[in-house]
Amino acid sequence: MSEKILEIKELVKHYAVTRGIVFKKTIGHVQAVDGVTLDLREGETLGVVGESGCGKSTLSRVVMNLELPTAGTVLYRGEDIFKMRGGDMRRLRRQIQLVMQDPYTSLNPRMTVGDLIGEPFEIHTEVAPKGSRRQKVQELLELVGLNPEHINRYPHQFSGGQRQRIGIARALALRPEIIVCDEPVSALDVSIQAQVMNLLEKLQSELGLAYIFIAHDLSVVRHLSDRVAVMYLGKIVEIGTEDQIYERPTHPYTQALLSAVPVPDPTVRSTKAIIRLTGDVPSPANPPSGCRFRTRCWKAQDICAKEVPALVERRGTDHPSACHFAEEREIVVTHEAGVA
Amino acid sequence: MSNIMVTDPRFSSAGRPSGRLLEVDDLRVEFRTRDGVAKVINGVTYHVDAGETLAVLGESGSGKSVTAQTIMGILDTPPGFLTGGQIRFHGEDMLEMSAEQRRKIRGTGIAMVFQDALSALNPVFTVGFQIGEQFRIRQGMSRKEAKRRSIELLDQVRIPNARQRVTEYPHQFSGGMRQRVMIAMSLALDPEVLIADEPTTALDVTVQAQIMDLLAELRRERNMGMILITHDLGVVADVSDRIAVMYAGRIVEEANVHELYARPAHPYTLGLLDSIPRIDEKGQELRTIKGLPPSLLRIPSGCPFHPRCPMAQPVCVEKVPPLRRLGPTRGSACHFAEELLQAEELVKP
Amino acid sequence: MTDPMASGSLVTSTQTEEPTAPGTIAPPGAGVLAVQRADKPRGLLGDAWHDLRRNPLFWISSAFILLFLVMAAWPALFTSADPDYGLLQRSRVGPSSDAWFGYDVQGRDVFARVIYGAQASIVVAVLSTVGTTLLGGLMGVIAGYRGRWFDAVLSRVADVFFGLPFLLGGIVILFTFNPPGSNRGKWAIIMIVVASLLILSWPLSMRIMRSSVLATKEADYIVAARAMGASSTRIVFKHLIPNCLAPLLVYSTILIGSFIGAEATLTFLGVGLRSPVVSWGVMISESQNYIRVSPYLLLFPAAFLVVAVLSFVMLGEAVREALDPKLR
Repeated sequence: MSEKILEIKELVKHYAVTRGIVFKKTIGHVQAVDGVTLDLREGETLGVVGESGCGKSTLSRVVMNLELPTAGTVLYRGEDIFKMRGGDMRRLRRQIQLVMQDPYTSLNPRMTVGDLIGEPFEIHTEVAPKGSRRQKVQELLELVGLNPEHINRYPHQFSGGQRQRIGIARALALRPEIIVCDEPVSALDVSIQAQVMNLLEKLQSELGLAYIFIAHDLSVVRHLSDRVAVMYLGKIVEIGTEDQIYERPTHPYTQALLSAVPVPDPTVRSTKAIIRLTGDVPSPANPPSGCRFRTRCWKAQDICAKEVPALVERRGTDHPSACHFAEEREIVVTHEAGVA
Repeated sequence: MSNIMVTDPRFSSAGRPSGRLLEVDDLRVEFRTRDGVAKVINGVTYHVDAGETLAVLGESGSGKSVTAQTIMGILDTPPGFLTGGQIRFHGEDMLEMSAEQRRKIRGTGIAMVFQDALSALNPVFTVGFQIGEQFRIRQGMSRKEAKRRSIELLDQVRIPNARQRVTEYPHQFSGGMRQRVMIAMSLALDPEVLIADEPTTALDVTVQAQIMDLLAELRRERNMGMILITHDLGVVADVSDRIAVMYAGRIVEEANVHELYARPAHPYTLGLLDSIPRIDEKGQELRTIKGLPPSLLRIPSGCPFHPRCPMAQPVCVEKVPPLRRLGPTRGSACHFAEELLQAEELVKP
Repeated sequence: MTDPMASGSLVTSTQTEEPTAPGTIAPPGAGVLAVQRADKPRGLLGDAWHDLRRNPLFWISSAFILLFLVMAAWPALFTSADPDYGLLQRSRVGPSSDAWFGYDVQGRDVFARVIYGAQASIVVAVLSTVGTTLLGGLMGVIAGYRGRWFDAVLSRVADVFFGLPFLLGGIVILFTFNPPGSNRGKWAIIMIVVASLLILSWPLSMRIMRSSVLATKEADYIVAARAMGASSTRIVFKHLIPNCLAPLLVYSTILIGSFIGAEATLTFLGVGLRSPVVSWGVMISESQNYIRVSPYLLLFPAAFLVVAVLSFVMLGEAVREALDPKLR
């Protein structure tokens, strides 16, 4: 069992909702992330799925130490990242990097590709001595499948998929251990998504990277992840290996989510389980008491409103689920690739 | 449609009247920009009949949305210019009609649902007002009657508490609800054809499922013809009857839904199907289509897909493959469509 | 997704690619590379320049501005007469072949005065603009980037200055520091006028820069820089400011034009520049009693003033057009 390199413990991030311009009064809190516990091991891909408002993007920001948590902590190899200062923080930044969703806004339009990818070297001067930087940048360009001769071009001269590769090259510059990918392929065309996904896979096996892969597209997440965590309204509702989540989901929300994903195969139409949720996602500023999913859940009982279900392994299941009535159910009929 | 300017009088004809509900025939549209002329639509022909769903599948730059905008007459002219083709509704060419006649068809004959409900709805008017507008202006209804009909429509699109919600503003609705409102607006005048342009792309997957279910149900109930424009192969498999695959402004393959997924007859379709990760597969190796979609300013010679095609031959660079019939419901614009089908037979019989 | 140009209007796949043998599928991740027609890389400023070059408005306005700048720097190139030398015998003699613009009340050559006047008018306008842009820009960056109470305080201060009516404020300030009858040197007068224009105009520059910064601050590439561990200094100077400059730049170009007019206004009211400084404003002010009898005394400086202001405004327009689409 490989080592745990990142431990997220009971992470909470609330945003205050204020009123007033000069004298601000707090009238509530948006509970974006509300008690998330996750581990990441060396070299693995942890997928985090959920729909809009579930808190996965906020989670990525806090894990990257771009924002401070309201409560809870994140340990990198046993050290609390929010207590790090100066030199330690710098060293941490080299180990955890970020790839963002939008290839059109994640690159400074006024910098050349060479400058963009080389910036990490300028910030962390100890990694590469001045003379060798250009060469390293060119190597990185090749590594992600771009032409090293284009080092002086500007982002707007590249397509979306290529820009995403530039973003990946930039994230790789410091040879990090962990890359947090926040919806890295969502903004790309279908035929380009596969190229970038294959690249991410290749880089992981060549460089031994660990990914936290955040996405809303369940098919993409399944393809890349070893383990998957499902989020709803700031909490993790189910977590397990890729097999467990996709073949034996136990939480009603996971089941509804899987059922909603359209399969590119018309013959599946009649055999797929159809679960349709009603109602809207409640506001994260005012989540339901007890289990947050109960307002849309067909299994809801009194206990669901009173007691917050803990994320633990439930009877009759083989992975943790935050539901009082967790029960395995096959939603997606999985088969091996290449077999009809 | 008063803003469509037909600039090239030499239409390519195919004009024999047919019983089809809506037919696009050899449509050609170009965009004139300061960087050159982009041939956005290069001879697109498809049709939709009552009671069926045609999916127009393509990625960005394929021209699928521009075609729909041209049908609806909302194409920006300039920079867009219609340079050829016909759009026949119940057999009559809309482009030959007067602006007034075309306007009548919009809404009552053909209606459209857009991707982003937030920008398609006017934020300063209530939802009821906007839906009711159609009744008041097009059918001369009284305010009270229009409101009653609006509430009915909101019910039909399954918005709970319609009586209350009809007085609310667009920003008070969630994304999925707004999309339902937009669908309600489009159905107000009982159109025969509904064009849905990426109706669920901006929505969460559970909401997407609800909306697609709703669209399918409404289409069945009203026996409408639906043109669904999308890039999502999953959604297409779920709801469509026939599919037209577009690439670089052309239709490269036509088939019914079962044929297309089982045995695609064009390398682009095959490439797409091989490159999407499937939620129900393990150990999948994603095959990619190399290269990038072409710039519409400089579409490659011959078959526009040839630079990215693993099967490309010299003839592909020289000759534009026509959309050939391969069966009663199938067509493919590939010189080697038959060979491709045969090769597939061998792999997965 | 509906924009047909989205997937790279500048990017084309190479059209002479060797086709691979049928039946094989290309290796994954082998992204074919884009070759732009002109192989020279162009930054956003380069693209803006390219557009600017094709705009006739740009060339016309630049030509005039260049002319005025040369006039301001080397007035002797245009006239050999002395703008301050006046012969009372020649008082209000109309234009002739000796003096193209005639002579003013004190018998001074109007043409020479108009030429020399360019210097003061433009120097005041340029200095004021530079000062306003720098001061307002700096305040705007601080307010926008630091936020919270820095922003609150600076914005309220700016609001106070905003509240001062321009003309009234200008009159009060100049009347206090440059009262009629005081005997100040040429440069002292110019600097006082510049200072007063600056005090009254910096809030708008600050607002423009601040909103630019607020918008850009949340951009993904700024987040990326923070994630990399970039210091605040680096983020502000390398990422933020270069991307926030455009609106301020456009505004500044137009500001020069309006400052030329502002100086003339204040001078006309008697509180701006005055003798021994010669500017178009001074000349217009001096001509006010003789408009009926010697209209040319007003006409020539006014014409130059109008053309100068227009040129700067046109330049600002052209620059805005060139920069704008790139920002989107």
